[in-house]
Amino acid sequence: MRTEVPVAIAFIAGMLMIVSLFVPHPVISEPASVVRGWAIIITGFAYVLGVANIARISLGVLRKRGKDWEYKFVLLAALAVMIVLGIGLGIRSGSAFDWAYQNLYVPMQSTMFSLLAFFIASAAYRAFRARSVEATLLLVTAAIVMLGRVPISEHIWGRFPDFTEWIMEVPNMAAKRGIMIGAALGGISTGLKMVLGLERSYLGGG
Amino acid sequence: MTNRFGFWLFVSALVMLPVRCLAVGLVSVDDVPGDDGTALRVSWTGQLALADTLRIWRATYPDTAWQEVATVDPRQGGYTDTGLSIGSRYFYKVTSASGLSAVSDPVQPRASILNRARINQLIILAVFVAFVLVYIRLAASGRKFFVRRIAGLSAIEEAIGRATEMGKPILYVPGIDDMDNIQTIASMVILKDVARLAGTYETPIIVPVCRPFVVPVAEEAVKQGFLHAGRPEFYNPNNIRYLSDEQFAFTAGISGIMMREGTAANLYMGSFFAESLILAETGFSTGAIQVAGTANVHQLPFFVAACDYTLIGEELYAASAYLSKEAKLLGTLKASDLAKLVILVLLVAGFITETAGFTAFAEWFTPR
Repeated sequence: MRTEVPVAIAFIAGMLMIVSLFVPHPVISEPASVVRGWAIIITGFAYVLGVANIARISLGVLRKRGKDWEYKFVLLAALAVMIVLGIGLGIRSGSAFDWAYQNLYVPMQSTMFSLLAFFIASAAYRAFRARSVEATLLLVTAAIVMLGRVPISEHIWGRFPDFTEWIMEVPNMAAKRGIMIGAALGGISTGLKMVLGLERSYLGGG
Repeated sequence: MTNRFGFWLFVSALVMLPVRCLAVGLVSVDDVPGDDGTALRVSWTGQLALADTLRIWRATYPDTAWQEVATVDPRQGGYTDTGLSIGSRYFYKVTSASGLSAVSDPVQPRASILNRARINQLIILAVFVAFVLVYIRLAASGRKFFVRRIAGLSAIEEAIGRATEMGKPILYVPGIDDMDNIQTIASMVILKDVARLAGTYETPIIVPVCRPFVVPVAEEAVKQGFLHAGRPEFYNPNNIRYLSDEQFAFTAGISGIMMREGTAANLYMGSFFAESLILAETGFSTGAIQVAGTANVHQLPFFVAACDYTLIGEELYAASAYLSKEAKLLGTLKASDLAKLVILVLLVAGFITETAGFTAFAEWFTPR
């Protein structure tokens, strides 16, 4: 029963979603809509699990004064402050919660994002080293595409931007579509394995 | 109900007769095919099409208050009115600023049994499902299938072995999407096998999670993996860590785990976006062996550049069959291969027919 019931639920919900893609009649579309609504509600409740997980792990480290307990303290303090501000004073624009989000979180997020520029440079340096035929091809193609995307390329050769565009739209697109077709089939296949009960790892017992 | 409707139809016909005589265009209303019976398509012809703007009005009876539903550019040729009630009949009136006006006949929206615009998708899906079922049956009858070596998946064991030798934990990141993403589901399946290997080597595995819904699934996958390895006592629930729903807060949290805990093997399996390179480069800077897998095409180059091995697209989904070696799951891989062969043949056929000027073949496959 521990396995059969969840597999049956997965089968019914999965088939309902598949059928609703092709049958727009309310007999199918309305129950499908209800199930989608349930999914949203369950996801909302999952946040309680998330907060419980953070609290359990961080409080455990704090209580034992474990390694890096200072970070856990900051984490829990920030969590508590934001909960109090959000629930106590609201989350409207101009509220204390909004101020903290805009002036503390957003700059930190931008800082993390801006690191990407440096990481792209370091990763490109390693990837573009011409150690093999494939890496050399990658280096030459990348150099052409990068050059073709800046204004000076037109002065080097009038059709440079067009050539860059051709690389992106024809050979690059062909490779991308090949990967996408394979990934789509793999995704459908995985979905079918779940719906048909062949793949039960997500239940824990399989 | 029918008699009442017949009465109003008669009244409306009398009321509208002079209007129709002076009509400056025709308004026709049709049911939208392939919908759930809540939409009607209003279209117009004649001088109405030449007006600057048109206002579309709706009523359930011609003598009741007309409700304006939209103001549209007449060059659109039509307007789809949605959110209607199944079983109700609707009248439509189209007016312009210059006083042009026309009223439609009453129309009732109908729910379709089958969305005909998606018949092509239905047939393709049915064929693929048939392939899967046939190969599953073949697998069940004892047929052995050959699956090529996937370097990235073979490298997972190598990475875990290295972490074990170094006495450091493994980091497994299941992407930043929720359980409704098929990549996250595939990632959870791989996680169980990774946890089994980690359990065999008695190496701790840390799983930072971006979505709270993924937490219980990841806990269960790791717990079962350790159980299958015969080492349930090594399962530590504190290593399944929900960090944050926010993309870069999550990224910062993982970067911190890599730097502080010195993970020796980093596995990134699932749906990744802009954080992919930040994670992979941070992992590279710590000297960890890294294996990534995603079907997000735009992130693949970053992983290829910064990781030791990368599972590209379908390889991520093939992982559960590859790692478990279960015959039925391997059968689904062969079904995907056959489907790819069919797609290849169709692409060549499409290329030939389009070149020959016969467009109907390619159009049939176009999403509508």
